[in-house]
Amino acid sequence: MEPVLISPAMFKLFGFFPTIIFSMLLPVAGVGLFTYIMARRIAPLVKANPDSRFDRPKERIVNVLKIWLGQYRHPRYMMAGVLHITIFFGFLILSVRSTELVIKGISEGFIMPGLGGILGDIYYFFKDYAATAVFFAVVIAVVRRGIFRPARYDYPASYGHDHTNEAIFVLAVIGTLMVSESLYEAALVAAEIQKGHAATFLAPGTLAWFFKNILLDNSISSLQNMHIAAYYVHDLTFFFFLCFLPMGKHFHVITSLFNVYFMRLERGNVRPVRYGVSDEQLDNLESFGVKKFSDFTWKDILDFYTCADCGRCSDQCPANAVKRPLSPRFISIKGRDYAFSHFPLMGEFVGQEPLIGDVYSDAEIWSCTTCGACEQECPIGIEYINKIVDMRRGMVDDGNVPQSLQKPMSSLEKRGNPYGKMEKKRSEWTKDLEGCDVKLFENGDAADTLYFVDSITSFDDRMQLVARATAKILCAAGVDFGILGKDEKDSGNEVKRFGEEMLFQDLKSHNTEVIKESGVKKIVTSDPHAYNALKNEYKDLPPVEHISQVVVNAVAAGKLRLKGVTDEEAGRVYTYHDPCYLGRHNCLYEEPRSAIDAIPGIRRVEMLKSRDRSFCCGGGGLMLFYEPEEEQRMGVLRVKMAQKAGANVIVTACPFCLVNMEDAIKVAGLEGKMQAIDLSELISEHIEQ
Amino acid sequence: MEILVCVKRVPDTSENEITINKGGNDIERDDLVYSVNEWDNYAVEEAIQIVDKVGGSVTVVTVGDSESEEILRREMAMGANNGLLLTDDAFEGSDGKGIATILKAAVGKGKYDLILTGAQADEGAAQVGGMLAAMMDYPYASLVNRIEVGDGKLKVGREIEGGNQEMNEIELPCVLSIQTGINEPRYVGIRGIRKVASVEIPAMGAGDLGLDAGSIGAGAAKVKRVDYFVPDTGEGAEMLTGSTEEIIAKLIEYLKSKGGLK
Repeated sequence: MEPVLISPAMFKLFGFFPTIIFSMLLPVAGVGLFTYIMARRIAPLVKANPDSRFDRPKERIVNVLKIWLGQYRHPRYMMAGVLHITIFFGFLILSVRSTELVIKGISEGFIMPGLGGILGDIYYFFKDYAATAVFFAVVIAVVRRGIFRPARYDYPASYGHDHTNEAIFVLAVIGTLMVSESLYEAALVAAEIQKGHAATFLAPGTLAWFFKNILLDNSISSLQNMHIAAYYVHDLTFFFFLCFLPMGKHFHVITSLFNVYFMRLERGNVRPVRYGVSDEQLDNLESFGVKKFSDFTWKDILDFYTCADCGRCSDQCPANAVKRPLSPRFISIKGRDYAFSHFPLMGEFVGQEPLIGDVYSDAEIWSCTTCGACEQECPIGIEYINKIVDMRRGMVDDGNVPQSLQKPMSSLEKRGNPYGKMEKKRSEWTKDLEGCDVKLFENGDAADTLYFVDSITSFDDRMQLVARATAKILCAAGVDFGILGKDEKDSGNEVKRFGEEMLFQDLKSHNTEVIKESGVKKIVTSDPHAYNALKNEYKDLPPVEHISQVVVNAVAAGKLRLKGVTDEEAGRVYTYHDPCYLGRHNCLYEEPRSAIDAIPGIRRVEMLKSRDRSFCCGGGGLMLFYEPEEEQRMGVLRVKMAQKAGANVIVTACPFCLVNMEDAIKVAGLEGKMQAIDLSELISEHIEQ
Repeated sequence: MEILVCVKRVPDTSENEITINKGGNDIERDDLVYSVNEWDNYAVEEAIQIVDKVGGSVTVVTVGDSESEEILRREMAMGANNGLLLTDDAFEGSDGKGIATILKAAVGKGKYDLILTGAQADEGAAQVGGMLAAMMDYPYASLVNRIEVGDGKLKVGREIEGGNQEMNEIELPCVLSIQTGINEPRYVGIRGIRKVASVEIPAMGAGDLGLDAGSIGAGAAKVKRVDYFVPDTGEGAEMLTGSTEEIIAKLIEYLKSKGGLK
């Protein structure tokens, strides 16, 4: 039977020129150009530093299934998330159809293998709905980006021009793909109906169905032209889009799958100075950290390529929220811009100038509290902490360290604490402790458990209360414990994160040695930064627990009994602030809450930003000494969040959070209305003797 | 430009609790940690910056015992090219003039266009720079907080009481005592120190320097410390004691009661 319309594979333009030539040329040219572009884009990755990302394939595949295919993190921003999920799945479904169409232009009757039977019927039914859904998602996205313009996408003047036009252009390209694919089919079906043939079924309500109804009255010849025109518009747009993707933020369409596969699997750690170089060999390295672009690892550059400029990282970033000169999104975008301009598609690869000063500013890199909110949020696994720490390593290596940090760093080197206090005073907090005997390993005492106090809790007047509260809990729970006293040095969590790797190595070796000598079987700490360092950065230590875990276990075992709220406390509403190094970096969200809830009659509310979306208090360790450029304190914002949640007591489980919260309460003028307390203090006040 | 920077190893007093020793003639030094004198550190940074701009080399010199080598290394990790340790039992007990005499002899062993010292060190005497300049018959500027290099001359800024600033032209060679704040000294990390850990630092004694034992050491010192003590709390003075919070609370109370705070 004569076909209703001549297909692109058989059509002759102006009656003599076979369009099959276009059908063959377009894919050859498109794929050829795309291959060239990708080769140029991959070049900087090949030249970059090594990164160890080929291990643990099972976990990586799980990540791909969950975060990439499952779009797991997208609904955290509901509106944008749903739009993205629609377009993402539409693309996945339609990629089969688009490939089939390209081949149909050469081989008329081509049908994707497997789509010949019932599976095909199901597929063709759904792909029309997919195209329609993508089309409407695109329309909504255009309105959203073009008219409503969510603040998240704003470009501060200092960061260059915004990407709204690029975003809308790409949405238009996607819309064109959807419309042309539907028109191509609608023209054919309209002609079938006109000629009284058995018409192909078009799912009602879809774009193709809608176009078919409009086109029913058109002449066969105009339907024929439309059929061919729509085909080549689709073909051309398809290959144009393919080659346009690696030009900007839509590169993520290609790279995100790989970026998620290679994303970090571990939490709470910082990558080594150089992969393949052990801690002992560090002295042999010529240079430390990232100073120029080629010092980045290939995963860093893949991150830059992958950033979709969605702004979620910066929207969650506490430094950005208080107007510090840091917006993680621009760490990626500036990195990508650098890669594109210095590794151009044509011509020589150029430039190896220092990054600090030219691309990133000192203040930008020192502003990060390493809270991890950005990485937690990124829907495609882009990392920031490793890059920031590596750039800090580079600055430390060049001696470029803010004056306010030099003194504490040098005190850490000389005295093992950032305050320059005498080692022998580390255990002074035990002097005022009543009803609880703290063993001192330095005196030759022996015990099962080590309470690792760390610097701030040992030396700071206020935080010594936390040390005493923790000791009381351990005593009440019947834990046989001791402290290292003058032999303890700072855990170095922030020393590492501020880029002074060799000082961290010294602290780590010293502490590891004295802990092993003490012969303890378990380590407990009340400081999440120490917890993180000992658990994730030290090696071969006994298991480490945070005091909240000790409390929960002791309560469950009946070793620790807590009494109910007093009359004085009855009107108080408590809220728990998740410390970054307990929550996001170590996933301890439940234990501190359970510990609070173990106090009979206590009223606890949640802040809007809690658990893995907790808002950093301002940072701990060396960050307390850094003098940032900022409009206000992170802590003040956080205290106001607690107020908004209806709380009047902020419970935290980290001495640095407590410092920042107590300061913030004063700065915010909320003294008397709001108070901050450490979890250990709250629990120790409620111990049933 | 060839620059010599004179540095001193001093107790790190920022958080150290200083107590008088049993003999009553010095502070208790057992629990102290030492570092390079803060002013000297600024002087070394300034010297490195000058050499970065106009070329030349920086030499750091100190008068002290073998433990003083540590601060020379630290300054070399910072970027000083050479170190020179002046050490001899005969140097013990030198007064300011004795130290200046030793330094003068060291200056004579090299060829330096510019000599920098810190404005003062731990004992606050601020005398060695000026004495050295006088002995060398070099021009001298004290409390320098700005240096611009010219041809055979320098333009140096000096801080004047009341926040004023003066600029002077000074001919080379000269001696300058450097005020803190002239620059932002770079950080010296553990890695930097390890890199210079095995560099040989030459040491010179009285003989090497051609110094007559009569001009240096305790014997030649014309200034002698005869007592060292914490002054008794005088009338009208009261030491606030307690925790930081308590001290602050008491202070605020006082200020309020005396009308200093409303």
